[in-house]
Parts: sequence; C-alpha cells; structure tokens
Amino acid sequence: MQMTRAVQPGDPPARSGEEPASQPKRTCAVAVEMRDIRRTFRGGVVAIERLSLRIAPSEFVAILGPSGCGKSTLLRIIAGLDRPDCGSLKVIAHPAGAAAPARPQLAFVFQDAHLLPWRNVLGNVQLPLELMRVPRSRRRAAALAAIEQVGLGDAIDRYPAQLSGGMRMRVSLARALVTDPSLLLLDEPFAALDEITRQQLDEQLHQLWRSRGMTVIFVTHSIVEAAFLAQRAVVLSRRPARLVLDHTLALPEHRVAELRGEPSFAAQTRVLLDALRRGEGAGA
Amino acid sequence: MNLRRIAGIVLPPLAPLAAVTLGAEIAVRMGWVHAFLVPAPSSVLGSIVRDWHELSRAMLDTTAAALSGFALSVVAGVAIAVLLSSAAWVQRAFYPYAVFFQTVPIIAVAPLLVIWVGWDRTVAASAFIVSIFPVIANTLSGLLSTDPALRDLFRLYGARRHATLLKLRLPYALPNILTGLRIAAGLAIIGAIVGEFITGAGIGGIIQVSRQQQRVDKIFAGLLLASLLGIVLFWAINLLSHLSLRHWHASELERQDR
Repeated sequence: MQMTRAVQPGDPPARSGEEPASQPKRTCAVAVEMRDIRRTFRGGVVAIERLSLRIAPSEFVAILGPSGCGKSTLLRIIAGLDRPDCGSLKVIAHPAGAAAPARPQLAFVFQDAHLLPWRNVLGNVQLPLELMRVPRSRRRAAALAAIEQVGLGDAIDRYPAQLSGGMRMRVSLARALVTDPSLLLLDEPFAALDEITRQQLDEQLHQLWRSRGMTVIFVTHSIVEAAFLAQRAVVLSRRPARLVLDHTLALPEHRVAELRGEPSFAAQTRVLLDALRRGEGAGA
Repeated sequence: MNLRRIAGIVLPPLAPLAAVTLGAEIAVRMGWVHAFLVPAPSSVLGSIVRDWHELSRAMLDTTAAALSGFALSVVAGVAIAVLLSSAAWVQRAFYPYAVFFQTVPIIAVAPLLVIWVGWDRTVAASAFIVSIFPVIANTLSGLLSTDPALRDLFRLYGARRHATLLKLRLPYALPNILTGLRIAAGLAIIGAIVGEFITGAGIGGIIQVSRQQQRVDKIFAGLLLASLLGIVLFWAINLLSHLSLRHWHASELERQDR
C-alpha cells in the first residue's frame, strides 16, 4: 500500500517530524477488466448477464441504469464483496512493475454515509488506516489531510449526529480517500441529498479526481450527474443487466458548474436518456 | 444544573410514593386494613430505625452477592453471546440451552446450589443464574443487527476478526447490551433474595425469619431496602447508558439544531 498522498494547494504545510510534502504525486491508478460476468441470485433471478467491460487507468466511468438493474451488484463484484457465477475480473495496477503495490487499494462509498456514530469525524476518517494497521503516528496526519480536502477542517471533533446529510457524505468521502485509493467505487453516493448539495459534491469529486488521477467508477441513476462527472458513461438495461451504450462524453475534460447550462451538455444528456429508454424496453 | 431542573427530576417519582404512603397510613389507622396484613408505613419506618443494625448488615450482604452475581452474568452473558453470534450453526446448536437459564425454577435449584458451590457462594450463584439470560438474548440480537454496509467496509480493509468485534459489532450492540443490563439488574436482586431464603443470610434471611415471627413491618422494611437497591442499580445503569451513548444513540441524544 502506498501512503504518500497528493498535496492540494490549500493543504496545511507538513508538520515537522513528518515526511516533507513532496511534489503532488499521482496515485497509482488501476485498470479494470471484466469478461462475460454473470451473476444469479438465489431463486434464479439473473442480476447480470454476460457483461464485459474494460476500464482504463485514471478513467472516470459512470454506470447508469434503472433502479434495481444490477448496477450495485456489479460494483460489489468489482470491489470483491460479491463473486460472479462465471466470467473473469481483473484489477490491474499500472504501471505494472516493482513500484506497483501488490494489492491495489480500493475504496467504496455507499449510498448513505454509514459512519460509526460513536466516533467523531477524525475517528471515522482514521478507521480504514486502523484496520489496515497503519502506524498510529501516520494515521492522524493522513486523516487530517483527507478531511481538509473535503472541506471539513473545522468539524473534526463533531459526531455524525451533529452533522448535516451533506457533511456526513463528505466524511464518508474523506474516509474513502484517506487510504489514497487507486480505485474509487461509488454507489449512488449523493442520491439522498438535496440538489444544491449534490451539485457541490459532484464538483468537489470531479476536482479530487483531477488532482489525484485515480480510477473512478460511479454508479448513479441520474443522467445529469453522470454527464457532468464522467469521461465515459456506460448505460445498462433493466435486469438482467446488459450493455446498452458505452459512450465517451464529448465534453471538455475540466468541468465547471456552468457546463450544466450549455447546449453541448444538453446534447450529451439526450444521448444518455435515449439509451436509458432503450434499456427500459430491452429488459425482461 | 439549577434547582428547578433537579426538582423536575426528583419530585415526579416521589409524588406517587407520598400518596401511597399517606393512603396506607390512613387505611391502617382507620382500621380499614388489618395491621397484620399490611403494616402502617410508620411502623415500617419504625422497624427500619429499630432494626437498623441488623438490616444494614443484611443489606450489605445482599448487595455484595447481587452485584457479584450480576457482574458475572454481564461478563459471561456478553462472552456467550459473542460465541453464539460467531456462526449460524453454533447459534442453532447452543441457543436453546441458554433458554434453560430463563426457565429454571430457581427456588427449586437453590438448595442444590448449596451442595454444588457451598453456602458462601449460593446467593451470588442464584443471582447469576436468574440474570444471565436477558444479557445473552439482548447482546446477541445487537450483535446480529450490525449494519451490513459497515461489515462490508471492514471486510474491504481486511479487518481482523477481533478488530471487527471490538470496533464495530460490540459498540453497535451497546444499546442492546445496556437494555439487557437493565433487565438483568432487577433479576439479580430477586435471585439473590431467593438464594438467601435457603441460606438465611441477608435481606432474604430477614424476610424469611420475620415471616415466621409474623413481623409484617420488618418484612416490608426488608422489601423496601431491596427495592431501594434495585432503584440505585437501575439509575447507575442509566447513567452508564447516558455517558456511553450520549453522542450518538437516538435514546440519549440531546436535541440540537442541525
């Protein structure tokens, strides 16, 4: 595992006695390769039917589909939390070589924040490092940096019950970033938030991705969110999930809030909407 | 905390006590109820004062035995629940036998306890047997209700078994464990007094002897002290609950602006 982290312009200077903050270092990104993935649940419900997908290192891919189409199952399979019945899944570190970590570091952001309610913000963000048995001395600094990145620097000793939904989600994001993941998986992370908060978090996530260069797979049922965030959108059909569209978004790499109002953006959401409609019809 | 707030906490439970005491006193004085069935509160109070030396020593014995039985059932109950929650088959195989503790007629078993563990430990053992089941049952249901997403999160970071237990499953079960303790505390006192019926020690012993002497006032004095012990224990657990859950659990969370 790799503990060096990207340093943001707004980050506090490194404390004495710690490694000096070197040049912003890009996280080692990974590629994901799936071939003929199939997943059937008890009772014979086929969630995913022969799905193949390649995701390049440092790519931001949005997976779109109707509710209950198997998007979350797909994400859980990539995370190793679920196993496909057949097919192959590879998560490959790039660049392959001596410098690549033996096991690429994954992070998963759930639909709700799912924080430990008895721990404050700092304690929640440190949790992954504790579980990975990172030395105590390094945990705090890494957690503080991650909290700073999501803009919660003045809330480190507050408890989840004292935070708003958007702040809790930010803590959840910081908890995912604290291990400096090379693959970040998000399962409809902002679905429960109000529109303004959601857009702010989308913008923040986009910034984080650009500065860190990790591979991101983002599951959502919001077309606007998918078009705004991703370089590439994959549209799945109703259950059993099949590939309807694999589309590289014709939008500038750097996304700003104003983009949502532009005609080019509307054209792209249109493409996704059409595919989603086709997928609705294509299902069982 | 200001005086008004303290009064708001202390006065409500005292009001029914005052009403019942006054009612009983009047009923006995007026001859509506025979004094050998229900003693006048004043004579119970008189007994407490007169027999204070004997009662206070008995109270100490009962408290010590009930507390050690209770402590043992907390430790053993939580440990057993952790074992039962480790695998579905373990639970299927052993949980039915835990129910034994809930249904055992302690009054029938207590004489056997004297033979098994000796006079000294019979009372604590009796308190233990009666109070362990609610600890097991509540802890187990807490341990089995861990948020699945958080379990996934722990798996994702390769958490070891004991880390998952200590950092996730036990804290998650804490509200349930505390509920188990509240129930167990009262039962431990009952168990101790039943044990003392056999051994003749403590409050239970005094109640037993006073019954033979038809000293109803002294029986009630004993009951009063025993329930006082129960209330103190209950408050102690509530305090523990408040201290450990105040930041996060809905039952203890103070209202605050979000």
